[in-house]
Formats: sequence, structure tokens, C-alpha cells
Amino acid sequence: MAEQYAIEMLNITKRFPGIIANDNITLQLRRGEIHALLGENGAGKSTLMSVLFGLYQPEEGEIKKDGKVVQIRDPNDANDLGIGMVHQHFKLVECFTVLDNIIMGVEPTKAGFLQKKEARQKVLALSEKYGLKVDPDALVEDITVGMQQRTEILKMLYRENEILIFDEPTAVLTPQEITELMQIMRNLKAEGKSILFISHKLAEIMAVADRCSVLRKGKYIGTVDTDKTSIEELSAMMVGRNVNFHVEKKPAEPGDVILEVDGMTVASKVHKNNAVKNVSLKVHAGEIVCIAGIDGNGQSEFVYGLSGLEPLVSGRILFKGEDVTKASIRQKSVMGFSHIPEDRHKHGLVLDYSLEDNLVLQTYFQPEYTNKFGFLRRDNIRKKADELIEKFDVRSGQGAVTSARSMSGGNQQKAIVARELDKDPELLIAVQPTRGLDVGAIEFIHKQIVAQRDAGKAVLLVSLELDEVLDVSDRILVMYEGEIVGQFDPKKTTQEELGLYMAGAKRMEVQA
Amino acid sequence: MKNKDSKFANIMKTDGMQSLISSLICIVLGLFLGYIVLLFINPTGAFKAITDVMKNFFYYKGSTIRLKYFGNTLVKTAPLLMCALSILFSYKVGLFNIGCSGQYTAGACTALYAALKWNWGWFPCLVLAIAMGALAGTLVGVLKSYCNVNEVISGIMLNWIILYGTNTILTNVKELASPYTLLVKKYSPQSILPSLGLGKLFSNNQYVTIAVPLSILIAVAVMIVLNKTKFGYELKATGFNKNAAKYCGMKEKRNMILSLLISGALAGLGAAFFYLTGYEQWECTTSTVPGMGFNGIAATFLGGLNPIGTIFSSFFIQHITIGGANVDKTMYCSQISDLISALIIYLCGFVLFLKTFMKNVIRKREVKRTGKYENFKQDGR
Repeated sequence: MAEQYAIEMLNITKRFPGIIANDNITLQLRRGEIHALLGENGAGKSTLMSVLFGLYQPEEGEIKKDGKVVQIRDPNDANDLGIGMVHQHFKLVECFTVLDNIIMGVEPTKAGFLQKKEARQKVLALSEKYGLKVDPDALVEDITVGMQQRTEILKMLYRENEILIFDEPTAVLTPQEITELMQIMRNLKAEGKSILFISHKLAEIMAVADRCSVLRKGKYIGTVDTDKTSIEELSAMMVGRNVNFHVEKKPAEPGDVILEVDGMTVASKVHKNNAVKNVSLKVHAGEIVCIAGIDGNGQSEFVYGLSGLEPLVSGRILFKGEDVTKASIRQKSVMGFSHIPEDRHKHGLVLDYSLEDNLVLQTYFQPEYTNKFGFLRRDNIRKKADELIEKFDVRSGQGAVTSARSMSGGNQQKAIVARELDKDPELLIAVQPTRGLDVGAIEFIHKQIVAQRDAGKAVLLVSLELDEVLDVSDRILVMYEGEIVGQFDPKKTTQEELGLYMAGAKRMEVQA
Repeated sequence: MKNKDSKFANIMKTDGMQSLISSLICIVLGLFLGYIVLLFINPTGAFKAITDVMKNFFYYKGSTIRLKYFGNTLVKTAPLLMCALSILFSYKVGLFNIGCSGQYTAGACTALYAALKWNWGWFPCLVLAIAMGALAGTLVGVLKSYCNVNEVISGIMLNWIILYGTNTILTNVKELASPYTLLVKKYSPQSILPSLGLGKLFSNNQYVTIAVPLSILIAVAVMIVLNKTKFGYELKATGFNKNAAKYCGMKEKRNMILSLLISGALAGLGAAFFYLTGYEQWECTTSTVPGMGFNGIAATFLGGLNPIGTIFSSFFIQHITIGGANVDKTMYCSQISDLISALIIYLCGFVLFLKTFMKNVIRKREVKRTGKYENFKQDGR
């Protein structure tokens, strides 16, 4: 045997009736390398990882650890083999300390009593060794996302996992934190850990990974050494065509002020401070204003305050010059507010309703859909639903009557976008509209947003993705700890500059 | 062959079918468990006893008397159906109206008092009972919406307050020598619900009144409101996802209060449907809230949370409750009938559990079939 691999997935084929989710895929992870797994949504990355974790049994192919064939029947088997994973959404207990979270499930005990001292020493040693700075006694809910992620990594190390899987780990981090994470990954590699890095961010893969395997539509496209390839080549491998990363758009022609927010303050639900502090801004017709920032710096609360989901502590909201501070959500909606919410499951959809019922969620009370006796006009609802499904290419199993719960995330999002844009709003508030979507869907939604702008609508975009921020917006506002700390022209700024403001390292005075 | 298979799978996927199957499984399980208990107590009579429970009015010989007892079951079904609809209505908004018993008691109190003290006609009595039930329901709703008091806690508390209030009030209209209220038939015949000749159909069962067809009509009405109207659309949206309802501008507080108001009104009406037939008198020394409201919970779930299903489940529960009285008392102590029906009703509560279980199995198959890992993940796996 020429080369020893930490883990090998050889010729894995996993079929589901109608689909081949993994078609003869081979993934070989060398010991002590960082191996990137690249692919769009639906390319089969999740299925492949599920196979590795024993959630699915492949029809064909085998898994080898250190050259020996192993059977992974369930996640416990995977754990026993030293395979650990940092999930995209952390699996931490918010009200526990960092230390408690790390040792959870493998607590050292003596006669049934916890031996935390021992555990603490081990955790501190690990944290020292790999440069993973954490405060073991802090509660998870109080620490930054970056530290939460380090806690997750420590969890794997504490369990002495040898094969570490990172599932899109950079999505929630600032550019500075991303750099830090990459250093940590390199440290881990230096200590002989093998890392599988799932991502669709090409720049990061180029920066940190040694090799990269690409999947597309369930097929294995190839494995390349990152020092012998380019971003363009990787993206072409991933998508199967050359992708236009830039959103085509004309220069903005801002018109009248549509939305004016004056000194808005919103209380926080999690801590005693205000989440949004005295924020003022203006959005003009025909302009896309983007609020950039790291997750949890008051963007969500700002939008809640704006839409009426949370009460304001103080401040005023003017819509086309009219004071709508006290207006109800419904009144604002009828006046021309549209809101693509951040959390499509919490706010955006009634998952147990059918697709058609979700598509009229904002308009069901209009005479078109409810007759004067209060009965729903099902025929009109169906007609509208079919029209939107066609226009926005919302794909689902049974069309209009499909339960929203059974639809894929991308199509759920498309349904929300369809509903909100069809209202023909004056002001579109879009919060993370492309979260979790694949390249094709992102392109589509960006086009729709730009089209709204070109039609003279005001757009307020809230996004955590700097690429999106720089590509789509006409004006960028950076939010840090509930305040606007910077205003930028996307053509004249860089990710690095924005990152400094997002992390609170720099700030400037911004006039609304 | 393959086609047939998928057809079967499709039928299994429909919500109604799943409800029906899980309800039937629960009934069978309940009967089986009851049978086992009977076996333990006295093996020789067990089979006869359990069949007697199931037979109810068929226990008697001759169609005349059978019809009469069938009528009795219907008389008791009407109020139970109303209570079940009451629970169902609030459940659709995501609220568990355990205060249904109290609202039922409030209805009983006002209906009987208006009949016996003021000698009102049946219709105003009915309206007053509805109003009182609605008031009791609204109270719970307001506490829930504006003070964030859990509806289960305030509902249970209110049950007791209403019960003892009722005992106090109805003591004014009770028989001198007994704790029971005066006979409505004798003291205020105009308060008795009209029979419109329905009683004649059931071998002159005087208790069969318009309450029976009315309650079924109301079940149909509830179904129409929930499924066909804007109001129902809003209520269900609020129940499924309160946040989304708020997001799209529905008044979720108002909806909660309204649904509990209607829920209370249905329970109050149920009480009037029962006590204004003269079938039973109120016992002014009773120290338990009538079981009707609690059995309503079982009927709701056994009916698969469907208004029409509730009609049948209510009938079934009353059927076995009354049938329980026929168990041979020489072999079993007199409480056994209650025990058996309680066991079956208890298992009825498992309908939802079974349904979810069935759904999960079907979904897992679906996941395996289509490979949509996403759906899998939503369950937190």
C-alpha cells in the first residue's frame, strides 16, 4: 500500500429511488491534511457525510480507516472511530458554561460525582496546545460566535477525535475571525489531525486546504491540489460552467426618501442593554441600502423594530414622509412594506400550511381572496399560487397543495420572495435573503432584488455575507453593537476595511 | 403490483386516513387492556363483561327498548360533542382549554337557574348558558393574552371556582330533601328543549330533543369555519406558528381570546343541551367538576382533531361509558364499569402519539426514497 489514508470512502454509491445522491464517489483523506469538500447545495455533500456518520448505508462502496475496512452503522460507530464534526449550527447548551459543554456526555466521574477539576486541566491543556482561546467558566450565551466555535472544536479534541469535519465553519465569522480559524486549522494539522473542510467559499479553500474534492449533482468531479489550481477552475468544476460572480446592475438612481428612521432604540430580549441604540438612516427610492455586520449586532432587532414585531423604546419611523411609528404590522404591510424575514421557519412560513396558503399569507384578507361573508375564495388563491409558482420557479412535490414543511430550503425561500415581491412593495426589507441557498438560487434572488430597485423601489438589505453586501448594494451601513459605525460606497471599499468596522476596531460618524 | 403499492402508500399519507387508523388502533388497544384487567379480577366473566361494554343498548332484548337506550346514548353524546368541539376549537389556535369543564359547569349553572328560578323559556336559557360559558372562556383568554398566564393553570383554577359558585347558586333551586336541583320538567316545562317529535323515533324517549341534531349541525359549522373562512385561516395560522401570524399582521392576541370565547360558548351550550333535557339533575353537594369537559379532551383526540370525526368519537365514548353499566355486578365490583371506560378513554389520548409515530415512519421512508436529508434534519437529528 503506497499511501496511508486516515479515512477513505471508496466508490460510494447511495441511491434513493429516482435520484442517485452519491454516484461512485471516492474521497480519500490523508493523515494530517486539510481536505476541502466543495459543491453546491444538493451536490451530495450532506449525503456523503451522512454515510460517513452512519446515518445512511451506501449501496456500493466501502469505508476504510487506516487501510482497514470498517462498518459504520450509526453515529456512535463514527464516534468510536474518532470522527468528529463541527456543525454549521452549533450544538451547544446556551445556559451551560464552556467547560460543561465540552465535557457533556463524557464527563469524568468518580462514584457518580463529577470530576470537573480533571476535565478543566485537560481542556486548558488542549486550549493551550492548539491556540484555542476560550474562557471555560463563561456561559455559552455570553460568548462570541467565534468562541462558541472554538468550544465546538475543543469538544472534538476532548473526545480525542482524529478526523475533524468542519461544516461551513466560516459562515458566521468576521474576516478577522476567519483568519484566526484558519490558523487554528493549520495548528490542528500540524498536530497530525486530519481535517475535512466543507465549504463553498472558494477563497478560503484556496487559502487553507491542501487538496480539494469537488462534487456536482451527486457525481465526483475530481480532486485537485490547491496549489496547482485557481478559483476560476474550482468554480467551473463546482458549477459545471463559468459563473458570473458579479451581479449585473446599472448605477443606482436614488429618488425621494421612502424610509426614514430617526433615533430608533430597541430593547434586547437577551440582555439588559438595548440591542439597537439610537439608529437613524434613510433609504431612497431606487436604491439598495445594505446593513452589514456580524450576526447579533442588532440587525435583527432593528428589522423587528422597523416591521413592528418588537416595540420601540424610542425613535420614529417615517414612510414617505408619514409617521408610521405607531402603525400596526398589517397597516404597514398594506401601505407598501414587504419583509423577507431572517428566519423563514420562525416568521416567514406556516410550515404546516400548504404552499398556496403560505403564498397568500400577506394578502389573504383582501377582497380578492376573502369574500364579503368571510369565506376564503379558494379558486382565486389557487390561481394566484399557480401564477407565482410558475413565475418564480418554486419547485415542490405536489404544486400548490404541497405542505411547506416538505419543501427544500431554497424553494421555501423562493416562495417567501415570491409572496413579498408580488405585493409590489414600495419598500422591500430583505434580511439574509440568500441564506443557505445554492449559487443558482442566489443569482436568481439577487436579480429580483436589483429588479425591484430598478423599478424605483427602496430596498433595505441586511446581510452577513460580505460578498453579497459588496455585490448587491448601492450603499453600505455597518452595524456594530446596535449602532451604525460606518457608511461606505461598495465600489470604494474592501472586505478588509468593512471587517475592521464590523469587528468594532474602527468607527466613523454617520449622518442619516 | 408496484402501482398498487404506491396507491396504498398514498392513502396512508393522507391525514384523515392516518387519524382514522390511529383512532381505531387506540380503541382496540383500550378494549384489549380492559379485557386484561377483567381477566385478572375474574377470568370467567371477562369476555362477557367486555362484550357487554361494547354492546351497550344491544344488551337489552327487543328493538323498542334498544331504541330507547340508543336514544339515551345520543342524549349524552350531544353535550360531550359540544365539549369536544370546544376543546378542538381552542386547540387549533394552539391552546389547551382544560377549563372546558368549568365553562360547561357555568353553562349548567345559568341554564338551570334561569329555568328553575325565573322560569325562562328554553331559548333564553340556552342563550344565557352560551353567554356564561363564553365569559368564562374569555377570562382565561384575557389572562393568557395580556398577563401571560398559562391557560391550563388558569383554566383548572377557574374550574373549581365555578364549581363551588355553581353549588352555592343552585342550592337556591334544589329539592328540600335531597341535594339535587328541582326537576325542570315539573317546575318549568317551558324550559325543556323541544323534541319536535324526535323522541317518538326512539320509542318515546322524552329526553331526545333538538339538542342531538343541533350538536351535529354545530360540528359541521365548526368544520366550515375552520376550513373555509378567513377567520379559520387566521386561527389555524396562529395555532401552527404564532410568530408567522404576528409577522403577517394577524392580531394573535385577539385571535386567542376569540377562540377561547367561542370555545367557552360551545361548552356552555353543551351543558344547556344536557340539563335542559331533564335527563339529569345537578347535585349541589358535588365536589368534582363534571367529567364531560375532560372526556371532551379524549373525544377530541380520538376524533383525530376533526370536527366530523369528533361526532363519532363522542358517540363511541358515551357508548362504552353507558355500556359499562351493564357489566355483571355479581362478578365485578360496581366501579369496574368506570374503570373499563376510563382505560379506553385514557388510551384514546394516545391517538396523536400514534399518528405522529405513523407520520415519522412514513417520512423516514420518504427520506430514504428521495434522499432529502433536509427534512430529516428538521427533526433535530
